[in-house]
Amino acid sequence: MSVLQTGPRQRRTALDGGRAGRRPRTFEQANRRLKWAMLAPALLFVGSMIVFPLLFTLDLAFSDAFGAVNSGREHVGFRNFTDALGDTRRFWPAVQRTVVFTVGAVLLETVLGLALAMLMRKAFRGMRWVRVILLIPLLTTPVAIGILWLLILDPTNGIANHLLESVGLPPQEFLGSVSQSLPTLMLIDVWQWTPMMTLLLLAGLSTLPEEPEEAAHVDGANAWQRFRHVVLPMLSTTLATALVLRSVDALKTFDLLYATKGPGGGSDFEAETLNVYAYGLTFDYLEYGLASAVLVLFTLFIIGVVLVLRRRAGRESA
Amino acid sequence: MSTNSRSLSRRALGRLAAAATAAAGGVTLAGCAGRADTASPDAPLRIVANNHVWAEAIREYFGEFEEHVGRRVVMSILTADQLANSYNVKLNASATDIDVMMLRPLQDLLLFAHNDWVADLTDLVTGDRDYDWSDFQEAPRQRCTVADRVVSVPVVTERPALYYRRDLVADLGGPPATLDELMAVSLELADRRNGFFGYVGRGQRAGAVSQWSSFLYSFGGDFTVDDRSAIATDEAIAAYRYYGELLERTGPPGVTNMTLEQAMPIFAQGKAAFYIDADAIYTNFLDPTISTVQDTIGFAPFPAGPAGALGYNIPSWSLSINAFSLLRDDAWEFVRWATSPEMVARIQGDGIPGARASAWADSDTLGAFPPELAETMRIGAERGVDHDRPEVLQVGRARDIVGRPLVAAVLGQDVPPVARDADAEFADFLVRDNRHRGI
Repeated sequence: MSVLQTGPRQRRTALDGGRAGRRPRTFEQANRRLKWAMLAPALLFVGSMIVFPLLFTLDLAFSDAFGAVNSGREHVGFRNFTDALGDTRRFWPAVQRTVVFTVGAVLLETVLGLALAMLMRKAFRGMRWVRVILLIPLLTTPVAIGILWLLILDPTNGIANHLLESVGLPPQEFLGSVSQSLPTLMLIDVWQWTPMMTLLLLAGLSTLPEEPEEAAHVDGANAWQRFRHVVLPMLSTTLATALVLRSVDALKTFDLLYATKGPGGGSDFEAETLNVYAYGLTFDYLEYGLASAVLVLFTLFIIGVVLVLRRRAGRESA
Repeated sequence: MSTNSRSLSRRALGRLAAAATAAAGGVTLAGCAGRADTASPDAPLRIVANNHVWAEAIREYFGEFEEHVGRRVVMSILTADQLANSYNVKLNASATDIDVMMLRPLQDLLLFAHNDWVADLTDLVTGDRDYDWSDFQEAPRQRCTVADRVVSVPVVTERPALYYRRDLVADLGGPPATLDELMAVSLELADRRNGFFGYVGRGQRAGAVSQWSSFLYSFGGDFTVDDRSAIATDEAIAAYRYYGELLERTGPPGVTNMTLEQAMPIFAQGKAAFYIDADAIYTNFLDPTISTVQDTIGFAPFPAGPAGALGYNIPSWSLSINAFSLLRDDAWEFVRWATSPEMVARIQGDGIPGARASAWADSDTLGAFPPELAETMRIGAERGVDHDRPEVLQVGRARDIVGRPLVAAVLGQDVPPVARDADAEFADFLVRDNRHRGI
């Protein structure tokens, strides 16, 4: 029943704020129902777009679904999870690459982002233009970035090797090499996402009070000491937030890896992270049960990383 | 926050979750219940196709078909990967918004037939004398038949061709006729330090398997023998070693990341002496906007190995009808029209190799191809093996396994141990795949 279906007396109750003796109860009831009516569209959206796929993925993860999800499938308990966790050929190397890619890229982005933010902290001529230029990689889609770098780094026709040769350095295979692919991809990720770290940290720096730094300066602290013992501790909350946001995003990187290395992350699976592996299981191998189990494990892994980072950040700010 | 308010918020959270789940269920049920059984008279016939020259060519004639059937035709064109993913998602949802599907018979058809995603065309193709199903070449016809049911009709056929630079081999007595000669001449012509390569080809793990298959057959091997793995036989190992050495010693850097899209431009830009790939892509080398070799390119049959010159001869693309389509009759009319003897001859006359014997016997249609290429195609069709990849449900996984020793060979690693390891993995895989297929 909606508020419109209540009687005139009860509607009055709603309007006068429930000042009469037994009126508040009716007002609350009407308000509660109205609340659900107002929430319904959002609930419908959340239910259909988030909860149902989540439950369906869980259901698939415990089944032997293969080929077609709408054909008969049997529940196999934890078999997909044990298969994934026992797979040393693809699953664990993918976990390792996911960690290496995330830690390496995010660490570099944080250091470079912080350095750039410190440089841009004080206003300078052309600062507005620098900020606009910094935004360009952020605004470009990862697939376009992948194709762009694929062309630049092409071992035969790319401009990168021409530049290397022009300064007397040997040409490199870059993304065409099994050993160079992951480091190259990390550097592309750094190129794209360092500006975001810079902007986040710059926002954090702009909120810091100037007095503690000035006091340290008066006490004779040099620039590094002021940064290490004054600025960095005050910036730790912003830094932790930026790290969590960027780490979660880096863990989920897919477009760049797929656009540059294709299915399976390359010929020797050299850029196959958990996300790429799960995608391959779904779309190349059509093993929906195993793919869902890998995705569940991946989600738990991300939640674990976030909890660890938040706990660390909480301890440091305390 | 008080304990009471916390418990209240938890209860509210529970209610929210329950309501969201119920809403999701409701939406799903509503979606299922709302499905129509018949198509609107104004609904267009929807064709989903690959960005292949065949799709571009047939689109030019749509007006004729629309007039004939009285229904609008809409064609969506996607890359091969996008096409596969699109079918996967839509057919899993029993989607009705695809009527005719352009697909790769050797990659998709076993699985699609296993999932009952494609309509049975047996009575339609065999029950129409004018259509003449027997006019289709034997190998493509067999590849479009699963468990005695015709589930697809071939539209494009492919064989391997040796693309070579006439200006470079003129003094060497012409193109190599054997694999040994190919290796020797590639080594002789390669000048890798200055960016010129003897041979360029696909080197990416899964992408290279279909082209490597011709090397495998010509060394006397195959992917499977009696449904068992055969990728660690002496013949297979010799084929892995040969292909690896050819690419490692005479090919471009970064070759393990190369599929058709990366390898083809290197030859088109005049940076390699030889390139082996499907004959159907020859137009790329004759287009002056993307090729610098249009005046110097030559075409030759696949060179002979120890077991002879055995390339593949396959239907690379075919048309199937979505089993969930609401316009199956009109969809069949489209397939019948697009693959009729007259239309195949017209399309082949545009330079796109079809699957009908009558078109290949027609000198007018062959006139569209360079004479040397037409002869290469004729020889390839005569000798060709009817598959270029393992014949399994999970072709993607099979190609990944088979391609592993190939990558090891290209990287200069010791092939036999990798081949034996891949062989064991492939054997396990075949057991599971056969179980799914009910073999």
